[in-house]
Amino acid sequence: MAMEYYRPTTIKEALQLYQQLSYAGKNPAYMSGGTEIVTLSRFHLFQAASLIDLTHIPETRVHDVDGNHLVLGASLTLNEISEKNGFPLLAVTASRVADHTTRNHITLGGNISGKIIYKEAILPLLVSDSLLLIASFEGLKTVPIHAVFHKEPHLSPGEWVVQVLTEKNAVDRPFFSVKKRKIDVIDYPLLTLTAIKVDGKLRVAISGLCDFPFRSVAMEQVLNDPSRPVSARIIEALKVIPGDVRNDWIASAEYRRFVLQTTLEEMYAALGGM
Amino acid sequence: MLHVGSLEKVRLNINGHNRWVTIKASERLIDVLRNRLGYTGCKPGCLNGDCGACTVLVDGVPMKSCMMLAPQVVGKAITTIEGLEGTDVQKAFIEHNAFQCGYCTPGFIMNIEGLLAKHRHADEAIIEDWLQSNICRCTSYQEMKAAIQDVLHKRDQNHEELE
Repeated sequence: MAMEYYRPTTIKEALQLYQQLSYAGKNPAYMSGGTEIVTLSRFHLFQAASLIDLTHIPETRVHDVDGNHLVLGASLTLNEISEKNGFPLLAVTASRVADHTTRNHITLGGNISGKIIYKEAILPLLVSDSLLLIASFEGLKTVPIHAVFHKEPHLSPGEWVVQVLTEKNAVDRPFFSVKKRKIDVIDYPLLTLTAIKVDGKLRVAISGLCDFPFRSVAMEQVLNDPSRPVSARIIEALKVIPGDVRNDWIASAEYRRFVLQTTLEEMYAALGGM
Repeated sequence: MLHVGSLEKVRLNINGHNRWVTIKASERLIDVLRNRLGYTGCKPGCLNGDCGACTVLVDGVPMKSCMMLAPQVVGKAITTIEGLEGTDVQKAFIEHNAFQCGYCTPGFIMNIEGLLAKHRHADEAIIEDWLQSNICRCTSYQEMKAAIQDVLHKRDQNHEELE
């Protein structure tokens, strides 16, 4: 299929392009690092007649503190985020995605907006109640991540994430972050779990366990229930996983549940709450 | 704003030279480098971003050319293995026999060139992290690590002598 490539340099230009290309029947799609587009195209799982590359828009390259928030542009690569280390939990979690060279390609916006299910960079944003700056035809809007992200990002046609904003006091909290793989150092996860403690309460987000990354209110209620011993909380948490546990060529559902159980034990050991 | 049509002539900066080439916007960088421009040093391996054999430098940063669309590098400086000549890393690879069949070698060398440009004092953990981006089926990893350590050591020595 013939495809065209566009590289706008302003937010307005990108939105106008999307609109014009849509009207012209050129089925536009936004792109950032492009790894997922290349990967899915090989399997004929991605089709677009025009690509709009967002990585040359200055607002998407920001790494700065603005008032009370750390602002991360959506086109920052995972390696750039890890090297700058402005958000240690995100830096560590991002540093375990794919391999080092591929992390020179993968961007924050691409990782959280893509189709591949793991989206591990979303986990620190979920537990930190980050905000998303979204470009839309009505203008820029800042929304809580929980208003947009449920299993996957729910954006209207033409909308895209420009920046992620996280409160400064949230980025420096003690954290627990682990990626469990079956054997190799570079692989998709059995599960990736990130957790922080806010006002004595654990917040937990998990990827790889189900077909979507999640932060579950029901799980957190159980995990923070002081009336039960930790071992009982973990058993109860396993009962309220918000979806089917993955059962695939990497691992059985039973094994993943076992790995989650031991990982939650490690989380309590690291962050307290025993 | 840059626009690359479905078939368009673009200028790519490769190894310091401007090369005009007609590309499809949907073409991957590796295919343009190898098939349209003859830079066969970037090797097709897995073509899935796993093996690193096709690694090139884009603005000095290692990138897997099978995972990029060619239009993404318009306006950027691309370095392929053909652009290197007798670098410290290349010499160290020879001295340490850091290859066997040699198919993965260009990709490893490009990655290591990027590593040593960024980290003048790379430690074991950094080297390990970067090298995990490439696969060598002949398992020459220890020899490659020795080559990297050698380059770092010689650089330190030269730096001390200059001081």
